[in-house]
Amino acid sequence: MNRFDYARPATIAEAVALAAEPGATYLAGGTNLLDLMKGDLVRPARLVDVTHIPGLDAIEPLADGGVRIGALVRNADLAHDADFARRFPAIAEALLAGASAQLRNAATAGGNLLQRTRCAYFYDAASACNKRTPGAGCDARGGETRMQAVLGWSEHCIATHPSDFCVPLVAFDAIVEIEGPKGRRECPLEHFHRLPGDTPERESDLAPGEMITAVRLPGAAAQFAGHARYLKVRDRTSYAFAIVSAAAALRLDGETIVEARLALGSVAAKPWRAHAAEALLAGAQANEANFRRAAEAALAEARPAGANGYKIELARRVVRRAFILAHAGTPARIQALPASPFATGALRHV
Amino acid sequence: MSETPLTQASAHLRHGANIGQSLTRHEGALKVTGQARYAADHHPAGMLHAVLAVSSIARGRVIALDVAAAKAHPGVVDVMTPAHKPPLAQDPDEKTHPFMFRLDVLQNDRVRYPNQPIAVVIAETLEAATEGAVLLAPRYETEPARTDFPAGAHFTPALVGVADPAEAHHGDVEAGLAGAARRLEAIYETPAQYHNPMEPHGIVAAWEGDTLFIDTPSQGLAMAQARIAGLFGIPPAAVHIRSPYIGGGFGSKGVFSGPQVLGIMAARLVGRPVKLVLRRGQMFGPVGHRAPTRQSFRLGADNAGALTAIGHHTVTASSQHDDFFEPAGGVSHTLYASPAIATTYEAVRLDTGTPLFMRAPGKAAGSIALESAIDEMAHACAMDPLAFRLKNYAEVEPMSGKPFSSKALRACYAQGAERFGWAKRPLAPRQMRDAAGMLVGWGMGTATFPALMFQAQARAVLRADGTGVVETGAQDMGQGAWTALGQIAADSLALDPDRVEFRAGSSDLPDAGIAGGSAHTATAGMAIHGAGADVIARLAELAMGDERSPLHGAGNAGVIARAGRLFRRDDESRSESYVAILARAGIPAIEGHGKSATDPAAQAAYAMHAHGAVFAEVTVDPDLGQLRVTRLVGAFAAGRIINPRMVQSQYYGGMVWGLSFALHEQAVIDPRSGRPMNANLGEYHVPVNADLPSIEAILVEEHDAHVNALGIKGVGEIGITGTAGAIANAVWHATGMRARRFPITLDKLIGPQDN
Ligand SMILES: Cc1cc2nc3c(=O)[nH]c(=O)nc-3n(C[C@H](O)[C@H](O)[C@H](O)COP(=O)(O)OP(=O)(O)OC[C@H]3O[C@@H](n4cnc5c(N)ncnc54)[C@H](O)[C@@H]3O)c2cc1C
Ligand code: SF4
Repeated sequence: MNRFDYARPATIAEAVALAAEPGATYLAGGTNLLDLMKGDLVRPARLVDVTHIPGLDAIEPLADGGVRIGALVRNADLAHDADFARRFPAIAEALLAGASAQLRNAATAGGNLLQRTRCAYFYDAASACNKRTPGAGCDARGGETRMQAVLGWSEHCIATHPSDFCVPLVAFDAIVEIEGPKGRRECPLEHFHRLPGDTPERESDLAPGEMITAVRLPGAAAQFAGHARYLKVRDRTSYAFAIVSAAAALRLDGETIVEARLALGSVAAKPWRAHAAEALLAGAQANEANFRRAAEAALAEARPAGANGYKIELARRVVRRAFILAHAGTPARIQALPASPFATGALRHV
Repeated sequence: MSETPLTQASAHLRHGANIGQSLTRHEGALKVTGQARYAADHHPAGMLHAVLAVSSIARGRVIALDVAAAKAHPGVVDVMTPAHKPPLAQDPDEKTHPFMFRLDVLQNDRVRYPNQPIAVVIAETLEAATEGAVLLAPRYETEPARTDFPAGAHFTPALVGVADPAEAHHGDVEAGLAGAARRLEAIYETPAQYHNPMEPHGIVAAWEGDTLFIDTPSQGLAMAQARIAGLFGIPPAAVHIRSPYIGGGFGSKGVFSGPQVLGIMAARLVGRPVKLVLRRGQMFGPVGHRAPTRQSFRLGADNAGALTAIGHHTVTASSQHDDFFEPAGGVSHTLYASPAIATTYEAVRLDTGTPLFMRAPGKAAGSIALESAIDEMAHACAMDPLAFRLKNYAEVEPMSGKPFSSKALRACYAQGAERFGWAKRPLAPRQMRDAAGMLVGWGMGTATFPALMFQAQARAVLRADGTGVVETGAQDMGQGAWTALGQIAADSLALDPDRVEFRAGSSDLPDAGIAGGSAHTATAGMAIHGAGADVIARLAELAMGDERSPLHGAGNAGVIARAGRLFRRDDESRSESYVAILARAGIPAIEGHGKSATDPAAQAAYAMHAHGAVFAEVTVDPDLGQLRVTRLVGAFAAGRIINPRMVQSQYYGGMVWGLSFALHEQAVIDPRSGRPMNANLGEYHVPVNADLPSIEAILVEEHDAHVNALGIKGVGEIGITGTAGAIANAVWHATGMRARRFPITLDKLIGPQDN
């Protein structure tokens, strides 16, 4: 392990000042960053450990019915906050479908947004990777592509963003609160992650030295609570990244859809908001034919990045099912095996 | 010295009530309180840390290592390279017996596979050694990696497995196929899998002059001792290996590995104790794996559903530089009656580490393919899979014609089927749904594993105070050898387990053979049994020859030992305690010795195998393809059960591995570089608890008078066999889709992608 500075600031201002040095990196739960350091994939000169800054671990209700989630709120604490889970059930479901209990206890909200891709070539120091070394090439192309992107990828990078948490967040118009050398700003989560284009190394909208302080959900998000689900298809029943996931939510007037929300996970370098599908459903009847049309629309632009064409059809089916589940209504309690097709409780099929 | 004959009737020793009891693990409390010290927990004074630098290419040469940069890093003490290393007394590429495998211990600059060790950095701290290894920044002359399986140049290996013939025929398969009413041709493919015990290979090595002390996990202490002695040119007695706890081995710790040798070399080089532990990713190369297979079946059956031919052709792979060929055909020799059976092999050489024994070698991969093929044939014959198996039940071993030493497979089928509720299974696939509308399928498979014996020795001592000591260098990988062998030891002396000290886990003790082949309890157990019997025989002689003893003159009637006393067999009112016998004779202790080995006469006369039947239920999402095994019932017959609790755990573990084989495990190899791309436990999937909510293992009673005097067969590996096929067959029954490439992942099940 290389030598690095370790700093433990007590305030946001101190943290931002410490992180202004080139080579400095924020450290939160460490569940991703420390693995990358051990693999010699990133070599920060300084770790700015933000976990001792007071006040960043609060879940604050906002006047508009929304909520502010401090950047240091642990994934498990957020999912198990009863009030939060009641008003934003799909988000709690997504959190509980991620990683393992141990990892959820350590992982933070801010860190989850900024977790790196799980592309195997990114984690293999001997592979060429444009994300790690801009211009080096992309060994994933022509290699193992089963889990790679089907939307928004470029010839420079076909990796996905693997977060579960971010998928319902983006569906519900979450806003990222940021502090940096130039002061405070905010950015809608939808515009926070970037598609690779020809700069796959630039993964988010954060400028060097900027720090996430909170993620905010608007009050409107809570209006979907009765019909909001997260569905995650994966290679084993638990403790696996999504092959494809979807957050689907409906506001209904009888059987008429007033407003629909849809985002997909693990299909692109960012949590993928599907506006076209939402627009199709607005004002439409909540039925399987319409969910099917929405699924078609959501994947209209999809193309395989290799031997992963199956993900496109799978994603359509996941979207359909997620809407069927959302339409059936949010279960009163989070089910066993959250977000799994095997979550207990009857469901109907497409 | 009198030695107990192996086949001696053991009735006189069967009175201690230990064998058959579910004692809890001898070392359980130490393990759950963190007091059990595994190899890497040792830190002798002055110890340095060694870290491997491994190759990122599959084939070529290392042309540059920045040794200066590594050495300049604070804390780095030395860097071992092909140009700077202690000499070895033996060429690591030499092979003098089939259990000897070529090692990569920096003998030259060649790279033969990814993750091959190319240098060792030795430092004051693990961190410094780790950074030193990075700073070496190797440069290579790279040659194209040969990764193409099953294509590539095929050849017929001389032998497969340890020493099985690569071609075996019984009857005329072509004639059997020609005359068949129904024929099935199908190809099944299994991937490369890598052993990943929780404890990676590690070693703490310390030299004192030419005497070597090491802590390292080993499934075969005496073999390791001999291997090390040969490589370093010292007598075996100068090699002291401690291996009391092994954090899983699964075959990967059966033969001493290159990285372990490098730890010893590093200690030699720096003249201080050295610890070397593999990182998880480094487990994917130099310590063995299960090779991929492509198995082609040709089955024929007559109108009544009786098999007329089994043709089983296996293509597998070994490394470029050594020979181990996955013996997948073996299952077809023993399981189903057929007038014609042929097993043949071809192999490919790949730029990988050498494949090795991995839990149920040959049998696991062979079983999932054979059980799938049998299932397909049963369906073709419109027969229930269990009825089809019973129709083709082998009354004698089909290939050899030998009778079975014992075979309670019918009882396994019956008890397993009953418990599972198999009778309600619809014949056609895609008939069952659960309350949520998920597809449900039921499948079964037959489990089999040979009952093997190796060679072992043991020593037993009865002390004047009536307590005993039994010693053999047995290896506990977590399977419960400490406990089960301790029970046999106590019984062999007819003492309570708490009156007998059982010593194991050290190469200083008598050779207990290898903890592999599911043969450890039988092998070490028989040696222990013999040692105890030897002690009791001497004690009886002492008593019967002494006119002051109530046992005097028991003569032909003989004595029996029970609870620390000898009793006259024909008059139990006449008895004497061990303590009294020894006290009167004025002897401080009696020592006895035992040996075990295969009995060639029994081997020639009988086919010896454990058997089982596994029934699986899977639930499959019809649209999303995600699947889950919701129920597994296994029923196994493996001769005498020493400790039902330990045995049940072995069956559970095996069955979970069967699930892993069917649905999860697979090394993802980049076809261009040859590197395993999922060399970590996050992405190299094995089942988690949620993948298997219900599992049962039934212990079916079986008495075997021929395998060994204790009647013990093995239980460690059989659980994988049968299970993997049962799950694959259940997936078919649920979905109507037959996946022939394992593992069965959901992309193979989502079906026509047009809607
Ligand atoms: C085996 C395994 C399985 C997993 N499975 C899943 C899964 O199924 N689903 C899923 O969604 N996730 C999964 N994860 C990922 C996990 O959710 C992330 O590792 C975790 O959320 C990261 O949070 P952290 O606080 O530990 O971040 P860290 O590791 O501390 O940091 C991650 C990155 O974020 C930056 N960062 C952290 N906090 C801030 C901040 N406040 N401001 C600016 N930058 C910051 C760091 O500099 C670093 O670059 C898995 C991880 C592992 C190891
Ligand atoms: S897909 Fe992206 S992350 Fe993966 S190797 Fe290519 S550039 Fe790197």
